[in-house]
Amino acid sequence: MSIRFNFGGDEHIFGEVSEEMSLTSFFTGLSMTNAVRTAGIRGVTEICPANASFQIRFNPDIIKPQDLLSELKSMEEAASKADPVLKTRIIELPVYFQDPWTRETCLRFRERHQDPSSTDLEYSARINGYATVEEFIAAYSGQPWFVSMVGFVAGLPFLYQMVERKKQIQAPKYLRPRTDTPKLTIGHGGCFAAIYSVRGAGGYQMYGITPAPIYDPTRKVRYLADDMCLFKPGDIVKFKAIGRDDYDATLEEIEANRWQPTVRECTFSLKDFNSDIYGTNAKLMELINGR
Amino acid sequence: MAVKVISPGLSTSVQDLGRPGHYHVGIPEGGGMDRFATRIANLLVGNDPGAAVLEATFMGPELEFTQSAVVAVTGGELPPKLNGEEQPTWESFPVKAGDRLSFGFLKGGARAYLAVSGGIDVPVVLGSRSTYILGALGGHQGRTLKAGDELPLGEGSGKAGLSLPANLRRAGNSPAELRMLPGMYWHRITEAAGNRFFEETWKVAPEADRIGYRFRGGTPLEFVEREQPFGAGSDPSNIVDACYPYGSVQVPSGTEPIVLHRDAVSGGGYMMLGVVISADMDLIAQLQPHTPARFVPVTLEDALAARTEQRAALARAEGHLAG
Repeated sequence: MSIRFNFGGDEHIFGEVSEEMSLTSFFTGLSMTNAVRTAGIRGVTEICPANASFQIRFNPDIIKPQDLLSELKSMEEAASKADPVLKTRIIELPVYFQDPWTRETCLRFRERHQDPSSTDLEYSARINGYATVEEFIAAYSGQPWFVSMVGFVAGLPFLYQMVERKKQIQAPKYLRPRTDTPKLTIGHGGCFAAIYSVRGAGGYQMYGITPAPIYDPTRKVRYLADDMCLFKPGDIVKFKAIGRDDYDATLEEIEANRWQPTVRECTFSLKDFNSDIYGTNAKLMELINGR
Repeated sequence: MAVKVISPGLSTSVQDLGRPGHYHVGIPEGGGMDRFATRIANLLVGNDPGAAVLEATFMGPELEFTQSAVVAVTGGELPPKLNGEEQPTWESFPVKAGDRLSFGFLKGGARAYLAVSGGIDVPVVLGSRSTYILGALGGHQGRTLKAGDELPLGEGSGKAGLSLPANLRRAGNSPAELRMLPGMYWHRITEAAGNRFFEETWKVAPEADRIGYRFRGGTPLEFVEREQPFGAGSDPSNIVDACYPYGSVQVPSGTEPIVLHRDAVSGGGYMMLGVVISADMDLIAQLQPHTPARFVPVTLEDALAARTEQRAALARAEGHLAG
């Protein structure tokens, strides 16, 4: 596998690891961007890992585009050969699936959807072969997800579920994007979940909502005081399905600024994962459950 | 102590030269969309070129000063009026406590920059005073200005009567010519579609803001047929979500190109045809809706030469102002 490098104007180099999404491609991209960060190359101003690609922004008055490209190419071999072992963390995020707010929004924009006669959850469950919405939610919240990219807007994570490809949940985006999405909606488009960090336009299918802020420009939320964005590429996220009572109780704790998410340090090996996906995930989830 | 906002105009926000370094978590660089105008406005009033100014879009605000200061308006031709009397653009003039600054109708360009001696002294967030409206971050309470807002000023010491002559400013063409380095996902469209993209004249659509500029009026793109890669989505314009460069030209569903600007969304799932060169980003900031525009293909060498030329033009302007 060889990275397709390309100049994005005179200030960016774009590297596409692969056209299609896979954890291997994500890890190669992450290894590349980590290597660029460690190298501390003068003139590099932004280092952005993405799902199966990455982007480096630079100041061409400081480093010649061709010189930077040569440096990146010299890192490629090491990045794609490295046995990807990542020191990272697993974060548990409570999610109220089938909540009234995304449901109301979903009904308001029905004419923009592929199937105006179903809800987003009913539609997604059906096209992914689940008999009921409940089974679909169980699959969605049963296995963890990788934060494979943060962006679009501030602090919005793209999440890729840690299951084999045939179990990946896929859903098209709305036919025409909505003009509104509630803040902290859990959405899904293509093979990615996303959490809307702010209220706004969106085209992803909507499944639920988390009470936990993930972006706070005022840094008043206690766990967002240092970093205003909760998620970084490489984080692992486990959704915990909760009901209305838990949602309300958590929200109350958050408003009193007493709540914080459960976060545990962990190590992730792609090799171990590929040889035993569910065993690896079970060990990660044990960290959260404290057993 | 301050500048009071009597009426805010259409979309007026505090901007400086931006906050690079946070794009990987989706926070764009931001800052004045027209960097040249932002820098020169500051230099005219004796500020550091990176001090915070007001960026007014299409329509100016009405402001009242509670202290004396020196101000200057650059960028689009939005004539300032002091207590109703028209003042020159690209030239510093004094204001006193109690004076009202308003603006006439826009005569050219799209965005004006108002610098006040001492700079707009809102809190620095992540290294910048720029307003990132989508993320409610920085500037004055993370948003565009509203009537009743009061903006604090820093300590300044500008001189009135300093000006930048017209020959040291950059003139736009009509149709606007946006130079672009083809690349990224250019291979996704047919050769005929690629040729047409550059031959046709487009028009700036009404959706033109700090995030990006949409263009319409050209022929929809033809894509090279392929089986969509896993995770990309079903539309031929879809890719597995990737980062978007500043200036990148994405074409959702192959119909209307969007050029991302200083408050760019940092990534998404639409293919890009290439990237508008850094030297032409300021030009985009001054395009009004309905303005005709063409995309002109250039090489990386051309882009770097244009960048060098732009730096030289800035140095000439700075040299003139330093006297």
